[in-house]
Amino acid sequence: MTLPLIVGRSLRQHLLSTLVTAFSIALAGGLLMSVWVVKRQAHETFTGQSGGWDAVLGARGAKLQLVLNAIFHLEASPGNVPYQDYLDLASNRAVAAAIPLAVGDNYLGYRLVGTLTNYFTTEYAPKKTFALAPGGRLFEDGYREAVLGSFAAKRLGLKVGDTFQPYHGLNFDPTKQHEELYTVTGILEPSNTPSDRILWIPLAGLQNMSGHDPNAAADVSAVLVKLRSPIAGQQLDVLYNRQGNRLTFAWPIAKQMADLFDKFGWFDQVLGLVAVLVALVAAGSILASIYNSMNSRRRDIAILRALGARRTTVFTAIVLEAAAIAALGMVIAFGLHFAILTGAAAVIRAQTGVVLDPFAPDAVMLWAPAALITLSALAGVVPAFKAYRANVADGLAPES
Amino acid sequence: MALLEISNLLKSFRAPDGAVHEVVRIPRFELEANTQFALAGPSGTGKTTFLHLIAGILAPDAGRITLAGHELTALGESARDRLRATSLGYIFQTFNLLQGYTALENVLLGMSFGPGADHARAEALLRRVGLGDRLHHHPRQLSTGQQQRVAVARALANQPKLVLADEPTGNLDSANAAEVLKLIRETCAENGASLLLVSHDRDVLASFERQASLAELNRAAQPKGTVV
Repeated sequence: MTLPLIVGRSLRQHLLSTLVTAFSIALAGGLLMSVWVVKRQAHETFTGQSGGWDAVLGARGAKLQLVLNAIFHLEASPGNVPYQDYLDLASNRAVAAAIPLAVGDNYLGYRLVGTLTNYFTTEYAPKKTFALAPGGRLFEDGYREAVLGSFAAKRLGLKVGDTFQPYHGLNFDPTKQHEELYTVTGILEPSNTPSDRILWIPLAGLQNMSGHDPNAAADVSAVLVKLRSPIAGQQLDVLYNRQGNRLTFAWPIAKQMADLFDKFGWFDQVLGLVAVLVALVAAGSILASIYNSMNSRRRDIAILRALGARRTTVFTAIVLEAAAIAALGMVIAFGLHFAILTGAAAVIRAQTGVVLDPFAPDAVMLWAPAALITLSALAGVVPAFKAYRANVADGLAPES
Repeated sequence: MALLEISNLLKSFRAPDGAVHEVVRIPRFELEANTQFALAGPSGTGKTTFLHLIAGILAPDAGRITLAGHELTALGESARDRLRATSLGYIFQTFNLLQGYTALENVLLGMSFGPGADHARAEALLRRVGLGDRLHHHPRQLSTGQQQRVAVARALANQPKLVLADEPTGNLDSANAAEVLKLIRETCAENGASLLLVSHDRDVLASFERQASLAELNRAAQPKGTVV
């Protein structure tokens, strides 16, 4: 009972410095945990996100750009794929499914993607296929109809029966509105994939949109591919990437994203270094805070010693106080962490459609508090040693 | 056997200029159990140093102090702390209450390092010194007289065999001084604790049947006005 009482009263007695120091620990811990979790979840989510597809066929260009464009609906398409190439691929015995995509238009910044209705019946994740919200239906080929991703529909405020006029280009330009009027026939249930941000229309609708090059009307932007076996991927890789020179076959999809993250491997080291520095600065702030208050604690320490407290008792009390400040800081840090992560997840979802889980458990939530509290307790050893060596008789002398 | 036995006690300090100043040189002093003894000690006679030596807060350069059968000067620091926590109470001129703690917590701490916290006893002691309605007040919320009463309760909290009082009325007005002195003497007697009080106040000294002059007891040559 004695040590908790001494620590508790000391924290209360130095309330302002306790709160300021705890908040600096909270900032350090909160930022450390949130950056770590965003980095790890982003890596896992982006490298694990394939939309249920094994590969992407596109115009000759970078595989990464092809994957970003066809799977994540980011970046521009590297070029067009002749429709015959799509048909050839679709009829290849190594291919289980091939779905063409066409891009090039938007509505108020949200991308329109032309495709076939069997896109929606393909599993985008194991045992998961797209579902329509009640009251909706898929678009019909040959009609100016649209199925909206849940996020896009919510943001645009569109519902079944509403109409909209698309704009030309991937970026919104109010001067480039198309003449065609599309009617919303369905809204997809959230899938937590980039598809949630898309306005899906029939392939032919996008190909034949007014103002598009009529010579490329039959072309597609990319073809999503599901393979019968991994060996098929190797065969098609050789066929398109080594023997051919017109098209690019991006396979496997996860590898393209993993390669992207590998290029930022140095970032992990920088982050690790920043984490160590942040932890050291936080521990240093505790050391400075307690050490600077040692003069005002001199009398209290002397009184405790006069009452029979041992040197080790006052030493332990100060180490525990440092640890308690860090623990209080880490409690606040968790609130900060969840706030930062919720904000970051909202931004990442709005920009990419990829959904991070702010409340998913992560090892950093154990080791970061443990490390910061331990480091802070170690920082407390310096003022604790000063308390340990304090001269009791001097501390009890009347103050002049 | 006396409760407190002191022989050939010597304590000196080194001044910043390197000179060694002898502050305490007491050839012999004894105090029986259940007695109340006053030492007349004007400034510069080494009274605080003497009491700190008895309390084990300072270690002597030479000599022997035996308290309740324990040779204090032969004990390690940890054992001296333990003896202080279990056998001694200390009342200071400036009260030395812990400002962040309530009156009750101050008294509880007085027993925490020794026999262990006993809420009932702590409350009873505070009621005995007339602070039953001030248990949860902090020192800054109490008058100086009330603060010294808390200090008296704290000094008796660990059921000490000896209470040391260093100018306990020095910071109080005459009315409060008389009341607090009476309280100290009564409560020490009630709790079976001996009292060794040092004061330069003639009124305080006059109330003691047994007293001596610390200046005569202490053979150390003290320059007048030295504060130790």
